[in-house]
Amino acid sequence: MIYALIPLLPFAAFLILGLFGHWIRERAHLVAVPAVLGSFVLSLGAFAAVADGQTISVLLYTWLTSGDLRIEIGLMVDRLAAAMLLLVTIVSGLVHVYTIGYMHGERGYARFFSYVALFTFSMLMLVMADNFLQLFVFWEAVGLCSYLLIGHWYERPSACAAATKAFIVNRVGDFGFLLGVLLVVLSFGSLEYRHVFSQAADLAGESLNLLRPVGGNWEVPTLSVICLLLFLGAIGKSAQVPLHVWLPDAMEGPTPISALIHAATMVTAGVFLVARLAPLYNLSPAVMTIVAVTGAVTMVLGASIALTQFDIKRVVAYSTVSQLGYMMMACGLGAYTAGIYHLLTHGAFKALLFLGCGSVIIALHHEQDMRRLGGLKDKMPVTYWTFVIGALALSGFPLTAGFFSKDAILVEAWSAGGLGKILALFGVLTAFLTAFYSFRLVFVTFWGAPRYDSQHTGPVHEPSKTMTVPLLILAALSIVTGYLGVPAFLQAVLSPPGIEAEPPSGSHGPAAWGLMLLTTAVGLGGIGLAYLAYVRSPELPDRLARQWQRAYRLSFHKWYVDEAYDRTVVRPTVMLADRLWERVDMGVIDAAVNGVARTIAWWGWLMRLIQSGQAQHYALGMTVGAVLLLGVYLLF
Amino acid sequence: MIPLSYYVILSSIVFVTGLVGVLIRRNIIIILLSVELMLNATNINFVAFSHFFQNMTGQVFVFFALTVAAAEVAVGLAIIIALYRSKNTINVDEFQLLKW
Repeated sequence: MIYALIPLLPFAAFLILGLFGHWIRERAHLVAVPAVLGSFVLSLGAFAAVADGQTISVLLYTWLTSGDLRIEIGLMVDRLAAAMLLLVTIVSGLVHVYTIGYMHGERGYARFFSYVALFTFSMLMLVMADNFLQLFVFWEAVGLCSYLLIGHWYERPSACAAATKAFIVNRVGDFGFLLGVLLVVLSFGSLEYRHVFSQAADLAGESLNLLRPVGGNWEVPTLSVICLLLFLGAIGKSAQVPLHVWLPDAMEGPTPISALIHAATMVTAGVFLVARLAPLYNLSPAVMTIVAVTGAVTMVLGASIALTQFDIKRVVAYSTVSQLGYMMMACGLGAYTAGIYHLLTHGAFKALLFLGCGSVIIALHHEQDMRRLGGLKDKMPVTYWTFVIGALALSGFPLTAGFFSKDAILVEAWSAGGLGKILALFGVLTAFLTAFYSFRLVFVTFWGAPRYDSQHTGPVHEPSKTMTVPLLILAALSIVTGYLGVPAFLQAVLSPPGIEAEPPSGSHGPAAWGLMLLTTAVGLGGIGLAYLAYVRSPELPDRLARQWQRAYRLSFHKWYVDEAYDRTVVRPTVMLADRLWERVDMGVIDAAVNGVARTIAWWGWLMRLIQSGQAQHYALGMTVGAVLLLGVYLLF
Repeated sequence: MIPLSYYVILSSIVFVTGLVGVLIRRNIIIILLSVELMLNATNINFVAFSHFFQNMTGQVFVFFALTVAAAEVAVGLAIIIALYRSKNTINVDEFQLLKW
């Protein structure tokens, strides 16, 4: 029962800071940080408790019972959830500490901490959910917190627009998610994981007729429809193509939340979903293929765009999109363990990279364009070296955690059949691109001569300890998590389709070693090419850009996806809204209401005419009335 | 005997004449005259019925009605004089202060 405190401590912090933030102000961290640290300690306890394979189940509250349907709020912690708990509490805790320095002196200090606490609470409840409805409620809740935090500096219209965009794009996915949940309750009669999983195999043969409303006949397996609809939610939340467009714009928010929400935790909820529902997905091979291909497309697209962006946060954002694609691809090919492993290591090094960007941004007074940076590696050594470690982990450099997890994905992918081999090759290509853009970021931002205006920025120095210590911890984690035996830990809970308890990191056969060497070579090649292009021959990038202009433009303009959406979705919707406003709201509704008023006024004017002031007219009226009454009396 | 209906018809003719006079004429004094006509028409009616039913009540009522009519005329004329003093006209059409 004590485990209920894991989410409740941050929730209490949210309530206190939300209600009393106005008076707490710059002491807000004194409420928020201990709460998260408390959650972390309890998560360690939970982790230890489930390490031997047990599952903790806590029933908190029966929400409603209706006939046969029973909806409860409860917690379920198994190894997967325990690993996620640690990820969320550690990254959230480090971000809390980092924020003390980053948001120091800002007006919205307490409000920021209250929303981050709310987010932490929601994410923890999502991860520990034991039924679909609770999952969905907290799925939406983290989306809400994302909206609130992206728009933290709400005086900026671009921030508000980005927050709205994130929420709406998420909503598109969530629509599919909700339909999936409805279908689950209709097919299984229950929303709890344990009931659904145990009955899943029974539903394997059933199918739905999708064209029934229009009198046609197209039978699809029910489980596949469920999994596909739920995956739509994951597409939105985890920024997969085509719903990836909100994540780069979410960089409008403060950097600490870019690190927490848009790198380590919220966006990983989609991958977590697929892994958590592995028993269902294992029974729908068609949907798994869709998941894998979507992940692969996202992986390549994200990396291709990150190559040319100039805003340092956007490079890291597109990198996140790409890495999420890796994870989703792994899950789609049945390598859930590898996918979650990468999720955990990525949480460490991606948060590190974002926080490193934050240090640079703060040190240079909110300069984010890499063309105006440079020459920082001697002025900000801690930031520089931790950033390099993060970039190495991202590029899959040997001995970092990223190396082990990315390698796990590629090896498992290769051994997953024909499609797996093709996607694994794309994974190798993307590893090359990843190494290239990561070190492009490092070299352009930190090396070379300073290109910033030192009049404007003042002396550039390392930020405070509250900001550098989290960087150091995350750098250590980016290396250490490779050696903790994570795959073996997760394997017990996440088995791929069909085969039981296969040893982790699949087959250590010749193909696996070959792949490992190829990936390493490719990664080093990427780093080398970046060195060549940005340190040795600085005119090389421009020459390449001019030579392959169409490709460069596609990459720089993000494959024109936003423009396509604007033309096909946004503008028609705005036009429809305008028409409805003019014709229906003003033309019909307002006209009706005003019309009623006008009619009554007209009738009143008409009635007024009777009052002529002449007594004889009134006498006439009386006479006519008397005659009528007499007539009625005589006739009836 | 003269049938009752003749008296009733006479009474109604006189009444309607008076009524139409009230509604149509523009001279206040003529209107007052028409009102008197209506009152007297009802008196005729009362007397006719009293004779027909051999009941004195009708004729007693006529006494009261006549008295009231006389008092009413006195008051009515006083009002007409007050109106004339105020507006210098006895044309009813010009008294429309209470018009909308």
